[in-house]
Amino acid sequence: MSDTLEQALNWINDPLNWTNPNGVIDRLIEHLWLSALAVLLGCLIAWPLGVWMGHRGRGGGLTVMVSNVSRAIPTLALLSLLPLTALGFGAPSVVPALAVFAIPPLLATAYTGVRECDPAARDAARGMGLSGAQVLWRVELPLAVPQMAAGFRTASVQVVATATLAALVNGGGLGVIISQGFGLGMSVGGGQILAGGVLVAGLALLIEGLLAVLEKLLTPRALNNRA
Amino acid sequence: MSFPVAGHALAANSDPWFTWSYVRNNADALGAAFTEHVTLTALTMLFAALLAVPLGVLAYKARWLTAPILALSGVLYTVPSLALFALLAPFLGLTMTTVLVGLVMYALLIIVRGTLTGLRQVPEEVRDAARGMGYGGMRMLTRIELPLAMPSILTGLRIAAVSTVALVTVGAVLGKGGLGGLILSGFRNNLYKPQILTATVLCVALALVCDVLLAWAGRLLTPWTKGARA
Repeated sequence: MSDTLEQALNWINDPLNWTNPNGVIDRLIEHLWLSALAVLLGCLIAWPLGVWMGHRGRGGGLTVMVSNVSRAIPTLALLSLLPLTALGFGAPSVVPALAVFAIPPLLATAYTGVRECDPAARDAARGMGLSGAQVLWRVELPLAVPQMAAGFRTASVQVVATATLAALVNGGGLGVIISQGFGLGMSVGGGQILAGGVLVAGLALLIEGLLAVLEKLLTPRALNNRA
Repeated sequence: MSFPVAGHALAANSDPWFTWSYVRNNADALGAAFTEHVTLTALTMLFAALLAVPLGVLAYKARWLTAPILALSGVLYTVPSLALFALLAPFLGLTMTTVLVGLVMYALLIIVRGTLTGLRQVPEEVRDAARGMGYGGMRMLTRIELPLAMPSILTGLRIAAVSTVALVTVGAVLGKGGLGGLILSGFRNNLYKPQILTATVLCVALALVCDVLLAWAGRLLTPWTKGARA
């Protein structure tokens, strides 16, 4: 047991493991790049749809259904199936597979954020003569920011976490360090497995913390107390 | 585990997405994987519920413990499943125990939150009335608060069960992933579509069955909510 710990420390302390081609730094950049693209794709799909449904006050059932269904789909299955379609291997199939798990929180928060903004504010805006689009743009969307920011954080952390699994299907990312370790076997690769686990867990927690701070900073001050 | 990416050549392979002959010829393997999947899910839910419901009660009763309990289970929830297995495997080995411990840690937060939410939703006047009738301490908890919190606890259990069924697949890296093992080996052995898809479909179906079963059990356990729901 202590052998493995020592192995893991040695692995992490070896600068070559970081700077080599396909070392930690390369894998980290790959991981963040895949995750960023997936979250972006998720936002492009979920935000317009969620905001529009919230504005029209329709489709609440759909947001619940989307999150329930996505929960039942194993990430590993989606990551294995998409490369076999026309999308092909690598990023073109990994990014959409990850985006599928970013969509539910983004959609739900965009919908409820717009839907549940203060009816009095909406009425007042209407009374001042704002059109439907103006109400959406100037009143509902700004009021929905705290909720949407929270959804963005949930989605991003989820994607960064699930991107680890891309390694199992040749998709790259930090998970490769772990899957290579498992490939070497426990006696040889134990240290690398542990080191990879620490790196991936650290990354997920770091992203969560950073986005929490960012969320606080970006939320308009007037809305901060309520959020 | 660096296997050659012969993918591009193989992607064009002409396997159909689904064949009955695959199912017939591999009924044994499918059955074994399915059984392992069900076993892992059931054990995870059992241990998670035994651990998380009392934790939720503790978080509710002892105010100063609420934040630490939620924070700890939140951290465990944030750690990616593969990393969790990677952190546990060197100590617990490539065993079912490793998968179980990891999955229980993951399910914890969902059930703790459900329990806490449920207990907080018990109306104060109900608690007052019970107190007036002489309920207190343990009896208040088991006869009044927990039954009233049951719908929320069950929602937590349902979400946890569905997530667990999906997450078991990741156990494939430890060789104990139930249907996930078939998905992963299907991918690695010539991208064998029928195997990947059949295992996936079984997995999603299992998740839905768990959800429906728990919903049904919930209705049996909380007969008083029937009128309210209709």
